[in-house]
Amino acid sequence: MDGPHAVGYARSARGRVGAIARYTALVVAALLFLLPFYLLVRNGLGSDAEITAPDWTFFPTTLHWGNIGELFADPSVPMAHSLLNSGLVSVVQTIGQVALSSMAGYGLARIPFRYSNGVLAAIVATLMIPAAVTFVPTFVVVSSLGWVSTLRGLIVPGLFSGFTAFLFRQYFLSFPKELEEAARVDGLGHWGAYWRIVVPNSTGFIAAIGVITFLGSWNAFLWPLVIGQDSSSWTVQVALSSFMTAQTINLHELFVAAAVSILPLLLVFVFLQRYLVQGVAESGIKG
Amino acid sequence: MTSRDVADRDTVHGSARDRRRARRHGRQRTWPAFWVFVGPFLAGLILFTFVPIVWSAVLSFFDAHNTVTPTRFVGLANYVDMLTNSDFLASLGTFSVFAVFIVPTTVAISLGLALLVHRLRFARAFFRSVFFLPAACSYVVAALIWKLSIFNGVRFGLANTVLGLFGIDQVPWLSSASPPWYWVALVTLRLWLQVGFYMVLFLAGLQRIPGELYEAAYVDGAKPGWQVFRYITLPQLRATTVAVVLLNLIAAYQAFDEFYNLMSSARGYPPFARPPLVYLYFTALGQGQDFGHGSAGAVILALLIGIVTVLQGKLFGFGRRD
Repeated sequence: MDGPHAVGYARSARGRVGAIARYTALVVAALLFLLPFYLLVRNGLGSDAEITAPDWTFFPTTLHWGNIGELFADPSVPMAHSLLNSGLVSVVQTIGQVALSSMAGYGLARIPFRYSNGVLAAIVATLMIPAAVTFVPTFVVVSSLGWVSTLRGLIVPGLFSGFTAFLFRQYFLSFPKELEEAARVDGLGHWGAYWRIVVPNSTGFIAAIGVITFLGSWNAFLWPLVIGQDSSSWTVQVALSSFMTAQTINLHELFVAAAVSILPLLLVFVFLQRYLVQGVAESGIKG
Repeated sequence: MTSRDVADRDTVHGSARDRRRARRHGRQRTWPAFWVFVGPFLAGLILFTFVPIVWSAVLSFFDAHNTVTPTRFVGLANYVDMLTNSDFLASLGTFSVFAVFIVPTTVAISLGLALLVHRLRFARAFFRSVFFLPAACSYVVAALIWKLSIFNGVRFGLANTVLGLFGIDQVPWLSSASPPWYWVALVTLRLWLQVGFYMVLFLAGLQRIPGELYEAAYVDGAKPGWQVFRYITLPQLRATTVAVVLLNLIAAYQAFDEFYNLMSSARGYPPFARPPLVYLYFTALGQGQDFGHGSAGAVILALLIGIVTVLQGKLFGFGRRD
């Protein structure tokens, strides 16, 4: 991935010194960036005595894998249930948001309709107002529907993102028309062209948007906090936050809970990082 | 696919007259398909975005304590209250301080990391992954690590352990209003979490710079290093930098998660360090459930950010591509 500009500069002695300096700086920065993950593992698999010892212990002398079992067995901590809620919310929101937005984006990009520009303008107008600022208004509507502390209340308002629909529209505008026209000649309608031609040929883009939506959904905090008013509807983020402020559970349990909560995303990160990077570059920011 | 294509295909075997009629009506006949695709999304967007905004605008003119169907109209009183409320104004001040800390540091560090990573021949993907990895972490988890391990105010906190090596006394990082050490925790936390994300944007920007520019600069005798960076790389990254600053500013405006989790304790949230959304959260959803003032606050905040977004569109053209 070297740019051509590296040619001519990098071969000199000066370039070698520069390379050594650059790698040194990078290694130091990398260690700093990994430090919080180290703390998560050190504290999560340590004992409280080790964590709070006056002299810093670099790593627990024995790894307390039992901390994980202790966490899930603790009746005062609804960890398993919160993870289940988070999983449900993120999976349904990701699939739902991608399906709804990609259909809307396709309709706006490809199906002629007299008021299509008006509909697009209404969607673009919502991009001006970030979702977080509207949490009070949205709470007013969702509580009138009686959806407080329900999975519906957690999931449904997050299914409709003007931003994602707009991104899909932009993407479909650049989708090669010839492919669709071939499908039309073969007698497929709009639905057939979308489902059999456009979607199978857009899996990279869909994966990029899907991965970044999943990430945002799993890590979301403000809306789940507002809507999850009893512990049966907590997501894992709300659960962690509540354990932290109430401080009813001990330190090693708290850290092992945090470590468990990031495992699904670490898996996504390891196996789908390509799509994540593409999604970030594609969308700038999500949410 | 135009409406004409649709009409033509449907009437391949029809007469010329049929075809003309179909052509005339073709525009109308695509509306069912349009609504099948766009309808479900639009219905949801109306119910969960437009209705709330309108409802909230209405509520902002009413006295709405503990109710969302109020009857006492108060005119602009809620707005006047909010704009003269020292806590609300303080929350805008807190945001400003946060932005002053976070925006320049984020731009400098993410650009620096992108420049370091961009020209690597070896282990490029490794370093990029390491810097990007925190983006997978939630603000809640990061706040947990920052609050209970790194910036724990007691002796076993990492920062205090390190300071102890230099003989410096323990610092109560999060619990004291003056000196406001809590900014160190708040700013480093957000930097750690988001710098890799903006680095990816800068890397994409760097990859779009044509190599010929650097070759030309080399031929013209520009000194490698500062000169090339100042006169080639930096101007070429202008659009990316503007995007990073604005995204960063809008994200900082909406900061909630790390403030809420770092600052609150079993005794509640302290009276200081409340950015706009934290203030709004406690006004509208705290004990009082004051939806009138909460809605007025939301409208003011939305207008402020709307103005910034429109200005951005006017100044830099709509769209986020370079």
